[in-house]
Amino acid sequence: MDKGVAAGGAGCSGLGSCSCGSDTALLVDAFDASRVPGWVSGTVRTPVGVAPLVKTTLSRSDVIGSWKARWGIGRMSYRVTPGLYGVGAPDEDSPVLVSANYKMSFDRLRRALAGIDAWILVLDTKGINVWCAAGKGTFGTREIVERLARFRISDVVRHRMLILPQLGAPGVEAHEVKKQAGFRVVYGPVRADDLPVFIAAHGKATPAMRTVRFDLIDRLVLTPMELVAAIKPALILLACLFLVKLIGSPRDPFLTLLIGALRGFLPFLGAVVMGSIAAPALLPYVPVRAFAWKGWLLGLFWAVFFVFFASFPMRWEVGLFYLLVLPPISGYLAMNFTGASTYTSLSGVVREMKTALPALIVSAGLGMVSLIGGLITRAFLG
Amino acid sequence: MLHRYLRNVVTLNLDRARCTGCGTCVEVCPHGVLGLEASNGRKAEIRDRDACMECGACAKNCPSQAVSVRSGVGCAWAIVRGRLKGQEPSCGCGEPSSGNGSACCG
Repeated sequence: MDKGVAAGGAGCSGLGSCSCGSDTALLVDAFDASRVPGWVSGTVRTPVGVAPLVKTTLSRSDVIGSWKARWGIGRMSYRVTPGLYGVGAPDEDSPVLVSANYKMSFDRLRRALAGIDAWILVLDTKGINVWCAAGKGTFGTREIVERLARFRISDVVRHRMLILPQLGAPGVEAHEVKKQAGFRVVYGPVRADDLPVFIAAHGKATPAMRTVRFDLIDRLVLTPMELVAAIKPALILLACLFLVKLIGSPRDPFLTLLIGALRGFLPFLGAVVMGSIAAPALLPYVPVRAFAWKGWLLGLFWAVFFVFFASFPMRWEVGLFYLLVLPPISGYLAMNFTGASTYTSLSGVVREMKTALPALIVSAGLGMVSLIGGLITRAFLG
Repeated sequence: MLHRYLRNVVTLNLDRARCTGCGTCVEVCPHGVLGLEASNGRKAEIRDRDACMECGACAKNCPSQAVSVRSGVGCAWAIVRGRLKGQEPSCGCGEPSSGNGSACCG
């Protein structure tokens, strides 16, 4: 409340405390009055209540918040309060853009709207981005119809048109929104950055605006989450290696043991990097189609390099172990990147997993057998 | 460079008789799978079936139910999770108890 939000000419004392008349009611779900977000710059009055105005520039905390979410920190609570927001100086003829309440989606949208007067209707998608929320139906027909009614959008604007992000389409029946709420749904471009051109062209999108890309940078920003997912098993493995070293030479100092464990961890780290970073980065360049295959091939490269060049000579059973175990690790991690990719179908992933999963498990199992078999043989033969 | 996934797996189907040629499916498809015929009554046609990711946008937005597809998430983790729980594949994003292991909700 101390950030100038009361200065919108609403005749209201500030956000979060508007229980005055209906025309001064706040058009967002309850704000925590003591913590008005930094991206709110004021308020704008409508015939049915007061909407917060938002900035079109991202502050340092917005950027840091995005970065943290990319690493999975506070990701599931990175949310915007659902409701109606204003950008610029919106009036009854301004376009209404519908968005998800994942903060990163919302930030992309408001940044793209610099210099444009518009309304943003933020749905409650449980903090999930537009595309995933549409797949789950939370970015959906019912939520839109309910929000339109609750915030009386038909009294805020004179027109009857909503601009939805195209990637919201898997959750929305445009013809049902028209039937139930009287608003015509226009699907905007895939990327918010194309909105100014789209709006200037009176709602015409070029085929390029309608197509999802998955460029190198798009893929790389997703890799931290893949690494985060691999941290727990990696730590468990590291602890196991440490234990093995400890049992092998219990009198060694801690640091020696730790260095030994880290050295033993190196081949696995390489496999993780191949599956979680190299496979996403090189996705279109590895000449096989299934993700598990792509990761397996890259993992094999690493395993061959490690066994024959980086640490040659090594015992045959250890070498065989690495050659059989490392590629499946990369393959499995790359297979999990199907969920982050923008072009894999459910049927395709099911098909891929049917072959890949047993193959990866059998290979890793054979690797274990080779290692244990070799150790036992050596123990008996001296 | 173009991304291509597995061939001949997609469940997309178009019932030409029901199609009214409104073009909504062409508009919502994020991979240019569908197009409108140049002539021949200007109905929708499947142009690049293997590029379909089964998101379901076309089927959902078809006013005459001419397009059908078994839609779902193309995510290995979601499929494993669905098997374990005996449910449809779902990434579990947005659910309080989700131990989500992938970046699909970014």
